[in-house]
Amino acid sequence: MPRPSELPPIKEIGAIGWMRKHLFSSWYNTVLTLVSVYLIVTLIGPLLNWVVFEATFAGSSSSDCKGEGACWLFIGQRLNFFIYGFYPDALQWRVDVMFGLLAVAFAPQFMERFPARKYFGLFGMTGLPLIGYFLIPGGWFGLEEVQSSKWGGLMLTLILAYVGILAALPLGTVLALGRRSDMPVIRGICVVFIEVWRAVPLITVLFMASVMLPLFLPEGMNFEKLMRALIGIILWQSAYMAEVVRGGLQAIPKGQYEAASALGLGYWKKMGLIVLPQALTLVIPGIVNTFIALFKDTTLVLIIGLFDILGAVQSTITDPAWQNVAIEGYVFVAFCFWVFCFGMSRYSQNLERKLDTGHKT
Amino acid sequence: MKKRTSLAAITALTGAMLASNAMAATTLESVKEKGHVQCGVTSGLPGFSQPDEKGSWTGIDVDTCRAVAAAVFGSGQSAEFTPLTAKERFTALQSGEIDVLTRNTTWTLTRDTSLGLNFTGVNYYDGQGFLVNKKLGVDMASQLDGATVCIQAGTTTELNLADYFRTKGMKFNPIVFDTSEQTVQGFAAGRCDMLTSDRSQLAALRSKLNDPSSAKILPETISKEPLGPVVRQGDDQWFNVVKWALFVQINAEELGITQANVDDMKKSDNPSIQRLLGTTGDMGEKLGLSADFGYNIIKQVGNYGEMYNRNVGPGTPLDLERGINALWTEGGIMYAPPVR
Repeated sequence: MPRPSELPPIKEIGAIGWMRKHLFSSWYNTVLTLVSVYLIVTLIGPLLNWVVFEATFAGSSSSDCKGEGACWLFIGQRLNFFIYGFYPDALQWRVDVMFGLLAVAFAPQFMERFPARKYFGLFGMTGLPLIGYFLIPGGWFGLEEVQSSKWGGLMLTLILAYVGILAALPLGTVLALGRRSDMPVIRGICVVFIEVWRAVPLITVLFMASVMLPLFLPEGMNFEKLMRALIGIILWQSAYMAEVVRGGLQAIPKGQYEAASALGLGYWKKMGLIVLPQALTLVIPGIVNTFIALFKDTTLVLIIGLFDILGAVQSTITDPAWQNVAIEGYVFVAFCFWVFCFGMSRYSQNLERKLDTGHKT
Repeated sequence: MKKRTSLAAITALTGAMLASNAMAATTLESVKEKGHVQCGVTSGLPGFSQPDEKGSWTGIDVDTCRAVAAAVFGSGQSAEFTPLTAKERFTALQSGEIDVLTRNTTWTLTRDTSLGLNFTGVNYYDGQGFLVNKKLGVDMASQLDGATVCIQAGTTTELNLADYFRTKGMKFNPIVFDTSEQTVQGFAAGRCDMLTSDRSQLAALRSKLNDPSSAKILPETISKEPLGPVVRQGDDQWFNVVKWALFVQINAEELGITQANVDDMKKSDNPSIQRLLGTTGDMGEKLGLSADFGYNIIKQVGNYGEMYNRNVGPGTPLDLERGINALWTEGGIMYAPPVR
């Protein structure tokens, strides 16, 4: 009869064991650990003091911010401007509705067991932008019109990123297919388009859209700056997207194409049913990577005088009525960006897990 | 800050050529049709144009635009604002995206002639000045020989400074920063003895220091920066409207008409006041506006002095004395042709 196995020695298990293994396994790891602990202890204290304990949250003006800590009061006072820009107060419910719908469409995507969450996602891709198209600018169904020059803040950032992302994915997919097409004219057009747009920096695209384009349009024909910027972003982004998708298309083995053809599927059915679903799944990390990059790139609209969230903050931190609120402002912007980018990243990981077929192992 | 790059110059030149195409309708007509005046402003310059906590624009440039809106529509609220960067500002005007540019823009010969634009007047006489650390014990700029100076890269400020020190036969050590914020921080950290920028901004920059009383602004002004509204060349009617909206404000201050007493002033016997407020004469008609356009400007925005005091004058965060921006009758150079 085998003896019951003995417990491992105390040095090898529990907290002590873990620490021996991970923190103090050799002399240089010990040194690194001690240095890190020292840094964390000396940094965290003052940081927490600044962010929470000595910070000012309540009050009405700059003079209330007396402590050494952050003046979050400034953010609170200007929050409305940071979120809605110049959107009229009385009509901000329209933006709130859109924020609400955005949450409704995407919150379920983070909950594995949520019933029919696929349809919520589908709504986010189709219904949501459609409602936004009518609701945000107004001018329909008796809604008062709000010019796009009044949009701003977080709302504008989200519009730029959302429209850019939503339009660039299908456009990029079509371009990727076109680049691999057998038809020389289509292939040529796609190659030229992709190579031209991918070779210019976004800042140039925006600058051209805002400064040069109006000069070549006839007098009186003046489509809005935001629209010009959006079109620029979409075209630029779709070129990037095309290359990401093309990477996925190339990774699909030739056998898949041949098998689909052997089944008698035409080009579109072959692509739509067999190749693209696999290719897109493969490149989810690449796609989301590009989206996150775009989300952050939207801040470049600052140089053409559109007030995205960063622009809104930058234009108010110079207000002489407030002393030195620049750090608070930038921390706030960084936090907003982190929330959205981290959300996108988590969502993509969810998606990868869900779509994992186990073939790759 | 007036950044100049060759790119902007090329853009502007192209614009000048293209913008000289004949306009389909006059600017005044198209403004009336769309129901508001579209003005180009900065994307945030304290005292001149900056969004407040309610998200509405305030500042002396903003009020100058509102005066035009009041002249045309009778309401200062009929003005919309487009924030523009320094590079975009002239193109936006040339292309017709905006009707008036009130964006802290210095009137120079080059801009007046080569851009296809016209300056209509001056709503603020600015100039470059110095902010020095009090520890230096310096009272005037001529004592600054050998000083280290914090400046922002790529601005005319930098060139003006070099010109000034060269003509005085003095030396200086420049420490160059990228943005105005960094410049102030450099000064606050004691990296330089003084900081130079437009005078109107020096007070605001000073108030950003941890201890504003440790620094002071020197009396000298080393450059001329007359700032004013700009319109497209070739539409004299609109040029006149924008020009006289400002002149009416200056004349009103001279005649003692304020936002508060403008209704009483309507009953005045003084013919100058009557003409300005439109109770006699056909001044409005000559401009293509309603007879009471002067009354509307004062009622909605106030006279020049009120506009100045509200935005940049003593008691505001910028806390600027009137100085040369006072009326000519009070020792300044604000002078407007008569309304008659």
